[in-house]
Amino acid sequence: MRPLKDHTGLVVPLDRIDVDTDQMVPKQFILRGTREGYGRDLFHDWRYLANGEPNPDFVFNFPRYQGASILLARANFGCGSSREHAAWAVRDYGFRIIIAPSFADIFYTNAFNNGVVLVTLPSEQMDELFKRTEEIEGYKLSVDLETMTITDDRQLRFPFKLDSFRRNRLLKGLDDIGSILEFSDALAKFEQRCNVIAAPQMTSPVDVRIAKPC
Amino acid sequence: MTQQTMYEKIWNAHVIPDVFAPVPFLYIDRHFIHEATSPQAFAGLKAAGRKVRRPDLTFAVMDHSVPTTGRNWRLVTGNRAKLFEALDRNCRETGVRLFDLESQNQGIVHIIGPELGITQPGQTLVCGDSHTSTHGALGALAFGIGTSEVETVLATQCLPQFQSKTMQVRIDGKRPVGISAKDLMLAVIEKVGFAGGTGYVIEYAGEVVRALSVEERMTLCSMSIECGARAGMVSPDDTTFYYLKGRPYAPVGADFDAAMKGWNAWATDEGARFDALVTLDASNVKPKVTWGTNPGMVADIDQSVPEPSTYANSEERESVKSALEYMDLKPGTRIVDIAVDRVFVGSCSNGQLEDLREAARVLAGRKVAKSIKQALAVPASTQAKKQAEAEGLDKIFVEAGFEWRESGCSMCFGMNEDVLPSGERCASTSNRNFEGRQGKGGRTHLVSPSMAAAAAVAGHFIDVRAMPVNRSN
Repeated sequence: MRPLKDHTGLVVPLDRIDVDTDQMVPKQFILRGTREGYGRDLFHDWRYLANGEPNPDFVFNFPRYQGASILLARANFGCGSSREHAAWAVRDYGFRIIIAPSFADIFYTNAFNNGVVLVTLPSEQMDELFKRTEEIEGYKLSVDLETMTITDDRQLRFPFKLDSFRRNRLLKGLDDIGSILEFSDALAKFEQRCNVIAAPQMTSPVDVRIAKPC
Repeated sequence: MTQQTMYEKIWNAHVIPDVFAPVPFLYIDRHFIHEATSPQAFAGLKAAGRKVRRPDLTFAVMDHSVPTTGRNWRLVTGNRAKLFEALDRNCRETGVRLFDLESQNQGIVHIIGPELGITQPGQTLVCGDSHTSTHGALGALAFGIGTSEVETVLATQCLPQFQSKTMQVRIDGKRPVGISAKDLMLAVIEKVGFAGGTGYVIEYAGEVVRALSVEERMTLCSMSIECGARAGMVSPDDTTFYYLKGRPYAPVGADFDAAMKGWNAWATDEGARFDALVTLDASNVKPKVTWGTNPGMVADIDQSVPEPSTYANSEERESVKSALEYMDLKPGTRIVDIAVDRVFVGSCSNGQLEDLREAARVLAGRKVAKSIKQALAVPASTQAKKQAEAEGLDKIFVEAGFEWRESGCSMCFGMNEDVLPSGERCASTSNRNFEGRQGKGGRTHLVSPSMAAAAAVAGHFIDVRAMPVNRSN
């Protein structure tokens, strides 16, 4: 992952609570075994009409929000299915930052694992951001991960919290596997010591097919 | 020694010591994978030149997108075929055990873990699917993960994890006749709220939970994610041990007795503290039907679709309004007046042998209403299907007018051919009623298996308790 220290971009508001990942990437699009190319599927059923044309009533299709890279959302964003396709789609669409009062657990992890930063702010501050975004055409925000603040060019300044693990990973562009493998010795020692993690054995006949190496 | 919850005990036993990182690394005892969320993880491993660290702790199954009309995945075409091919190839290359479509042990991943005795008390268990919490019914810490995490577990058998808060959901009182675990869980979600469990691991306790079978506990645990919880679990007890005895991967003889002692120790200590406590009196629970687009939007069978203006919070009001629009329901409509087009009995929440029995008891000697376009019975596992057939349940379903299918996730989310057409309404025993979940434009009402069967017979929702049931079936 590439390091990310700060980001400034156009903001699009999605004023709806409990947005689920089934809605973000409907199941017919998760049959592809790849991580790329889901941007065009993001919010498919809201974004496109039955004939495949863009739905002019959906906020993502408003001309003033084209090229947005920061998404404003409401409570419990990303709930439901664990599909990482939702995070891949957000990223592929061009979003780097999502700001909401709360996020669902699995989506929270998935987003950070793809370098998409989720910022949690209290509802009153969210209301202010929604208001400014809707009132000011071309409204942009800047998110600084080093100082952990959100600013605009009209004196708005909201500090936010982010755990040091995820923040550090973003700033340095690290991935989980690399960080864990640094502790290979501790891991090996743990595996030796614990019989709870002994390989499961079949104790009665079962028709499991143990795949043989090719 | 201070009293500990089961979650704390399992957590403490699995955090790898001597790791100086900003977040604990949790060791994973069992990793389940399936065709829909694993190909990208294997591709990532391969690209980085990494190996599967513990293929012996990893189990694979085909379930999410499998056909329910036949068992040969090689006959499937298009993108789905590529998912099956990839899983088969990845398992062969890495030595991971695969229960493919033709295996007698195939089934929905969260059902076969317990059914084969692979899932056991005290384990940490993950899978790239949000309903992984189902396994918690056996006293394991089981939760859903994303594909990047699947790759991390394949490579390291660990996950960086922050500790969750704990919530105890106590269900006491007397469970009324005709009230299933599904009704209890929808009542819990109604009470906790659709997002009320976010950041928590739920432990279900209380006299009613103690009296539930492992299968019923699985229904509760599977739907923990539907109120946002990371996991759901039930402390192991004699019911758990009796369930595990004789299962293919369970220990035998003296080993079983020794294992049982160890399992017992994982149970939450008397007097252990939880961060949150929710209580539910089962005596007051009635059959539940969801009317909206998340499982928290739920009513009793004798109630009506709510008026959005009765919600105090403006965001909720808007959300209810938009849900009713999608569901094509008018406020004030009585739940019993809602007609359904299709009925689905299945899923990891309600597709087990007990669920099939529950539906069959209602269907015996009755016919599906003429207005019903399709009624599907999809067992959650191949073993559940076989046992149901041995009991003659398949005949009851077919004589009533249901289609009796092979096991898989099926119309729970329609990744195969079993899709709910746009504009149609389905009485479904599955776990999610999100927009488009069962098919684009489809309208889902979540119910228990007996309520689904009753709706199939009546053509609309009806209180199953008012239908005489032949208990001898």
